[in-house]
Amino acid sequence: MPALAIALAVRFDFGTVADFLFDPIILRALWQTMLIASVAMVLGIVLGLVLGVMRVSRNFLASTTSGLYVWFWRATPVVLQLLLMYFGLRQLIEDDTFREYWTRKNVAILTFGLNEAAYMAEIVRAGIRSVEAGQMDAARSLGMTNLQALRRIILPQALRVIVPPTGNEFIAMLKNTSVAFAIGVVELLNAAKIQSARNFKVMELYSVAAFWYLVIVTGFSFVQAEIERALTAGERERPETLLSRVLAIVGGGRGV
Amino acid sequence: MSDQLMVQVIDAHKRFGRVEVLRGVTMDVARGEVVVLLGPSGSGKTTLLRCINHLEPLDAGRIYVDGQLVGYREKDGRLVEDREAEIARKRAAIGMVFQRFNLFPHLTALGNVIEAPLRVKKLPRRQAEDMGRALLEQVGLSHKVDVYPSKLSGGQQQRVAIARALAMNPKLMLFDEPTSALDPELVGEVLDAMKALAQEGMTMIVVTHEIGFAREVAQRAVFMDEGLIVEEGPPRELFASPQQARTKAFLGRIL
Repeated sequence: MPALAIALAVRFDFGTVADFLFDPIILRALWQTMLIASVAMVLGIVLGLVLGVMRVSRNFLASTTSGLYVWFWRATPVVLQLLLMYFGLRQLIEDDTFREYWTRKNVAILTFGLNEAAYMAEIVRAGIRSVEAGQMDAARSLGMTNLQALRRIILPQALRVIVPPTGNEFIAMLKNTSVAFAIGVVELLNAAKIQSARNFKVMELYSVAAFWYLVIVTGFSFVQAEIERALTAGERERPETLLSRVLAIVGGGRGV
Repeated sequence: MSDQLMVQVIDAHKRFGRVEVLRGVTMDVARGEVVVLLGPSGSGKTTLLRCINHLEPLDAGRIYVDGQLVGYREKDGRLVEDREAEIARKRAAIGMVFQRFNLFPHLTALGNVIEAPLRVKKLPRRQAEDMGRALLEQVGLSHKVDVYPSKLSGGQQQRVAIARALAMNPKLMLFDEPTSALDPELVGEVLDAMKALAQEGMTMIVVTHEIGFAREVAQRAVFMDEGLIVEEGPPRELFASPQQARTKAFLGRIL
């Protein structure tokens, strides 16, 4: 072990790390990662809510449509989905306006969003199912329509079950955007890879990427903790503080 | 149809899968009347209540509330399910109180009471809150207005549930075993609230095993078994001298 540590210390070029940590190319790629992941996540949440509600609906057409959607997007690799959406559709559709908007980045956002919606639909479904049936009875007995009951009574309670796994989904999404390399999107990991191919500082550039992934995921973990705390307002004692969250993360727990 | 009748159940049938829960129930409830429904579990009492406000659709028969079908319209002598908004509108005039309270845990006591007036009746918030506070005071909970359900006892929760149902200004109240999930020492406060309501002239159908309440408050007791009405009459008479063997056996067990 000491020998390895020494070898690392000798060969590892901290200077390169320092040079590239705030390199405009890396920062731009970092921004791309966060942008793609965030917009795709918003799309995934909105569409996932609709699909999740459709899934538990008593309407056969709605629940089947939603089921088929989830089946397709979960049963095929996301790389394949990217390839189909970008290269596949660009081959089929030669229209110039289409190709102008059907850019690598836009397709990445759309594909990750559509893919995420399938997973969110399952999370939303589980959340709705977690609410006691009596809640729906009570809401309907008061004259609420199904939609009113869903919005005012069921979803606010389901959110408690929906939010924690949604945070995990977003963290997974931040990392999985690297797959967009398949259609040539330069996000954080791929920027590091391209750079390391130029200067052969492989360990150093991947360390830069690792550093930024750690920073953004940690930053988001704090945001997630605050959202979850806000959701338990009133009914329970607020279980967590920022400090307990830090300890949880450092200690390796999920702290949910 | 008589104007005197608040509820008219005609030959109601309902099955869940293979189990026939209601096998032809016919029953009238007059305006201002308090009727107690008794019977062993599985006799169809709860299902009958849930059919009256159309939480469960009927398989056959008719149920009129205040002269109108609930959940259906009649078309060429057959029943067609109403539009959802129309069902909701009619349901809003029928209050229901549940065995498990079913308060909304994410809302305070006042929030529970004013939610439907705000969203369904579209009352201005100020007006809804004034009414909500008055109703909570009426059930003796003016000091619990801003408390969440998880911090209330079972008896308090059920009284909030009663206030919540009353907030829609119902013409009929359905109670589904309102005290059977309560600790014995909390039963009285809920029964008192119901008694006060009866004295104000509310039409009530109450599924309960509280014989004392039935004797004191109800004008009529209806005994159901296996999806049918077996026997009915003024509570004192029914309890003192039941005519049917099944009624006798049941009363023997709970009295």
